Amino acid sequence: MKIVVCVKHVPDAAADRTFTEDGSTDRASVDSLLSELDEYAIEQALRIAEADGADTEISYLTVGPDDARDALRKALAMGGDSAIHVSDEGIEGSDAFGTSLVLARAIERHGFDLVLCGMASTDGAMGVVPAMLAERLGVPAVTHVEGLTVDDGTVSGRREGDGATVSVQGTLPAVVSVTDRSGDARYPSFKGIMAAKRKPVETLDLADLGVDPAQVGRSGARSAVDTTARRPPRTKGEIVVDDGAGGAGLAAFLTARKFI
Amino acid sequence: MPEILVLVDHTDGAVHKPTLELLTLARRLGEPSAVFLGPGADSATEVLGRYGAHKVYVVDAPEVGEHLVTPAVDALTQLAGRTGAAALLLPSGPDGKETAARVALRLGSGLITDAVDVVPGPDGPVTEQSVFAATYQVTAHVTRGVPVITVKPNATAPEPAPVTPLVEKQDVAFGPASAAVRVLARTPRERGDRPELTEADIVVSGGRGVNGDFTVIERVADALGAAVGASRAAVDSGWYPHRHQVGQTGAQVSPQLYLAAGISGAIQHRAGMQTSKTIVVVNKDADAPLFELADHGVVGDLFEVLPQLVEEIRRRRS
Repeated sequence: MKIVVCVKHVPDAAADRTFTEDGSTDRASVDSLLSELDEYAIEQALRIAEADGADTEISYLTVGPDDARDALRKALAMGGDSAIHVSDEGIEGSDAFGTSLVLARAIERHGFDLVLCGMASTDGAMGVVPAMLAERLGVPAVTHVEGLTVDDGTVSGRREGDGATVSVQGTLPAVVSVTDRSGDARYPSFKGIMAAKRKPVETLDLADLGVDPAQVGRSGARSAVDTTARRPPRTKGEIVVDDGAGGAGLAAFLTARKFI
Repeated sequence: MPEILVLVDHTDGAVHKPTLELLTLARRLGEPSAVFLGPGADSATEVLGRYGAHKVYVVDAPEVGEHLVTPAVDALTQLAGRTGAAALLLPSGPDGKETAARVALRLGSGLITDAVDVVPGPDGPVTEQSVFAATYQVTAHVTRGVPVITVKPNATAPEPAPVTPLVEKQDVAFGPASAAVRVLARTPRERGDRPELTEADIVVSGGRGVNGDFTVIERVADALGAAVGASRAAVDSGWYPHRHQVGQTGAQVSPQLYLAAGISGAIQHRAGMQTSKTIVVVNKDADAPLFELADHGVVGDLFEVLPQLVEEIRRRRS
């Protein structure tokens, strides 16, 4: 089985993230790393490969500037076989439509039985790229699931949807996204980190994928940011140390704010 | 008046509150039409009309219940074409966002997800979003095609504007089953006696400090008529169901009052609650980062502070 895991190199969610003047995410001012939610997708790919034996091949795919390669190295250190890095100045400023187009073309070029994604990136956080990929590839979208199983040409999982928990199943080939409840991701071993340095990483650009630059980047974006403003910092209120009347004091506060 | 399509979120015809918020927002942009998928439209029509739906398009076909997301995509794409709608509004859950994304792709439209406000603008609807763990507010608009927008719960207060809706049954051509995902079983979320987490005016949440027993949190919630929330640590420990998780990968809430007890305040949690209007924190660790966001904080043992709070609420009300 051929598995492609989509990963993203994102600004550290624990850092103070900002925007550039044109309303894009500022990727220069903070350290970037592999999006934490992608680690769950990598983990599921590795578990499928371990259950399946030598017949499964795992490739990682990322779209981004030069340093996005770091995300691929981290993924390869966890396990898997090879990686594809799509890098092109024309991609800068892409929205989910542009990103999903580039990913879909790269996945088609590589070939796949299963595409695995995290539930969302930790920066854009829209969580729509897996659905767009399935739409573009014309395959089932088994999205936002935990309890993933791949068996006899089908893929199944449990999804916490909008108003219900549903058990879902699709036939392969398929696009799957897994939540942060799908199973804890492993840490790369020292051996894994060393081995990752020798694993092949292919670099492609838009021309290699036959993607029209007008369809991606800022020129292909279908929405525009008008303003970005930092929320005013919350004013820290009164913090009292409980002297035996903390609960009553809290009730007085809530009464003053008309919650009681 | 331009027609605005609103996808109805319901359980067997019982319309959920976010749909009424969408109808209220849609009236700012034009004349709302509700798109109702599945059985139960008869019991939903009255409430949809009460909140201003001039039309109710009903698509009741077996595919709606049998397949995940794609039947809604087929229905909305085709209805957008037939009606010439000026915008589409959907709820911001996994189902709503994935539906919106695929509809936008098929229509060649732009997409904005997780809006917390929508107002009319010179180039179509202008949205407001909270981003980067709710540290930034961003306004944006769609620049191509019919705007497709998903809106978070509590974006506005539902306001009635009663009309008698025209109910139209609509036929939809569904895509091939081979590209669909089958729904093998469906367990509707229990709507208990407490308000829904994302819809509640008050949320009382517990974290690691609760140490396994959420009774203390539930008692405060019930005294205040609140929903119960939980940190990821509490959920991962199996102390409370995942559907109550507040945070980056759980529910993002924006209530009038958020009371956090025994929660230190990792970025994962703050991302889900820091747009709350009033924040109250109880924690025995004076250095807990969540105190930085607190309008009122108590450094103390939640097992002493919270029962006293419940007692005092009762006393003040009697």
